[in-house]
Amino acid sequence: MTMTGLPLKDSAARTLAWLGVYLVALIILSQAVIPLMNPYHIQILIFIGINITLAVSLNLVLGFAGQFSIGHAGFMALGGYTSAAMSHYVFAPMLAGQSAGLMNSLSINIYFASSLLSGGVMAAVAGLVVGIPTLRLRGDYLAIATLGMGEIIRVVILNTDFVGGARGFGDIPPWTTFTWVFLVTGVCVLVVRNLVNSTTGRAIIAVREDEDAASAMGINTTNFKVLAFVLGAFFAGVAGGLQAHFIQYLHTNSFTFLRSIEIIVFVVLGGSGSITGSVIAAAVLTILPEFLRVAQSWRMVIYSTLLVVMMLTRPRGLMGGTEFRWSWILPGRKK
Amino acid sequence: MEQFVQQLINGLSLGAIYALIALGYTMVYGILRLINFAHGDVYMVGAFVGYYVVRWLSPSVGSGLGGLLVALAASMVACGVLGFAIERAAYRPLRKAPRLNSLITAIGVSLLLENLAQIVFGADPKAFPALIERSTFTIGIATISNIQVIVLATAVTLTVALEFIVHRTRMGTAMRALSFSHDAAGLMGININRVISFTFVLGSALAAAAGILVGLYNQKIDPLMGIMPGLKAFVAAVLGGIGNIPGAILGGLIMGVAETLTVGYLSSTYRDAITFVILVAVLLFRPTGLLGKTQRTTF
Repeated sequence: MTMTGLPLKDSAARTLAWLGVYLVALIILSQAVIPLMNPYHIQILIFIGINITLAVSLNLVLGFAGQFSIGHAGFMALGGYTSAAMSHYVFAPMLAGQSAGLMNSLSINIYFASSLLSGGVMAAVAGLVVGIPTLRLRGDYLAIATLGMGEIIRVVILNTDFVGGARGFGDIPPWTTFTWVFLVTGVCVLVVRNLVNSTTGRAIIAVREDEDAASAMGINTTNFKVLAFVLGAFFAGVAGGLQAHFIQYLHTNSFTFLRSIEIIVFVVLGGSGSITGSVIAAAVLTILPEFLRVAQSWRMVIYSTLLVVMMLTRPRGLMGGTEFRWSWILPGRKK
Repeated sequence: MEQFVQQLINGLSLGAIYALIALGYTMVYGILRLINFAHGDVYMVGAFVGYYVVRWLSPSVGSGLGGLLVALAASMVACGVLGFAIERAAYRPLRKAPRLNSLITAIGVSLLLENLAQIVFGADPKAFPALIERSTFTIGIATISNIQVIVLATAVTLTVALEFIVHRTRMGTAMRALSFSHDAAGLMGININRVISFTFVLGSALAAAAGILVGLYNQKIDPLMGIMPGLKAFVAAVLGGIGNIPGAILGGLIMGVAETLTVGYLSSTYRDAITFVILVAVLLFRPTGLLGKTQRTTF
C-alpha cells in the first residue's frame, strides 16, 4: 500500500492557509449557525466532533502505524474520568465564589483547557505504560492484549470510589461547547495529518508496511509504535474529557470494548490510513443511527448488517487508504 | 480448606463450560487465523434454542435426562447450521482479504446476532426450565450437585468425541492438514471449503452444548449472555495456546477456577478483571500460551 495520495513536501503556507479557513469556519459556525440550531442537532454535532477525534487518533495507531488496538475506549475512559475529577474536585470549587461575567467565563475556559489537558496527559501516560510492553506483540496478540488492558482500566475505575465507582460519576460541570469540540477536533486532525506527512510519519508508515524491513533500515520500530500509540491515547483521553463535560455523567458501561470496536469501525469503514475517510465515516456513522431511530428496535440490526455488507463489498473502506482531494470534484484543479 | 475445595469444584464446572466454547475459538483460529467474535453469540443462540425446545417438548418427552439429550441434540444441530451459514455468508468471501476485515465482519455478525436475538427472543432474561431437579451429595469435605456432575460429564464426553474426530477420522486429518497450510492441503486433494465449513459446524455445536449447560447451571439466559463468556473463552484459548485443543480445555478450566476463586476470596466486582489480568500476563510472559510451543499451530 503506497501513500500516493499524500504529498511528501507540505509547505507551511498551505498549512497556514488551511488554518485560516478553519478559523473563519469556526467563527461563522459558532457565532451564526449554532445559535440558530436546536439542542438536539447541536448534540449530534458535538458527538460527531468527539467521534472524529477518536477515529482520527485511532487511525494514527491502526491505519498509519498498523498496530491493531482494541483498547481505545479504555484511554477515553481514563481521560474522561481524570478530567472530570479535576473539574469536579479542583476547578469547580475554585469558581464557586465568582459571579458570572467576563472573568468568570475566561476562567472557565482556562480551567476546562487544563482539565482536558490533564485527561489527555493521563491517558498518554497510560498509553506509554501499556504500550511499551504490549507493542512488542504483533497482530492478533496485540489486539487481544489491548482489549485486555482496556477492560482492566474499566474495572479499576469501576472499583474506585473516588470517582463514583459503580454508581457512576455525576455532577460534572457542563463546559463542553461546540466551539471547544470543533477546536479539539481540528487540532487532532491537524496534528495527525502533519505528523503523518513528516519524516517521523514516514517512519511510522514504514513500520506498518514491513516491520523487519523498517528495522533493517535503522528505524527503531518500538519507539515509533509507542509514539503513535501514546499520541493516539492522548487524543482519546481528550475526547473522553469532552464527552464527560457534555453529558455531565460518566459510567464505565459507556467504555466497554464495544465502544472501542465502534471506533475501529469508523476507521476501517472510512478506509484505514485515510484521515478524510475517518472524518467522513465518523460523521456518517454518528448520524446514521439517528436516522434509523424510526426503525426503533431494528436500528442496530440494520446498522450491523450494513457493517457486514460494507466489509464484503468494499473491503478497503470508503477511501481505501487515499485522501479526499478537491480534484475529484473540481476537475479544473491540477493534482 | 473446605471452602477452597468447594470453590475448586464450582470453578471446574464453570471452567468446563468455558472450555467447550474455547474449543470453537481455537479450532477456527487454528485453521483460519480468525478470531471468530460471533462465537459467543452462537453459544447464546444455543441456549435459546434449548430453552424453546424444552418448553415445546417437555409435555411429551418429559424432563430429566431424556429431555436434556433432546435439547442438546436439537440445539447442537441448529447452531451447527447457524455456524455453517455464518461462515458461508460472512467469512468465506473475505478469506483472501486482510485479516482486519474478517475481524470487523466477525464483530458485525456478532452485533447482528445480539440485536436480532433481542428482537426475536425478547430483551429481558428468561428462566431456563429446570429440566433436572437439583440435588446435592457430599463426597469427603466437598458438596457437589447433580447439575455439576452433568455439566462435567457432558463436557468430558464431547471433548473425547472431538478428540476422536480430530485424530481418528479423515475429516480430522484434513483439519489438521489445513492448520499447517491451506495451499499444501489443497494440492493434496483436500476440499478446503468443506473442511472449513465442517470446523465451523463442529465448533458451533460445541458452543450450543455449552449454552444448554449454562442454562441448566445458572437457570437464566438472555440475548447478551454471550459477550462476556465469549471473551473469557477466547482468553482461555489464548491462555492454553491458541490453535491447541488440549490447551483450550486446560485454559478453560483455569479461567473457571480463577474466576470462582476471585469471587470467593476477593470481590465479585473483580470477576471480569481477573480474566484480563491473566490474559495480559500470559501475553507478556508466554505469548504462545501454556501448551503452544511455537508460532506454528498444532492441534
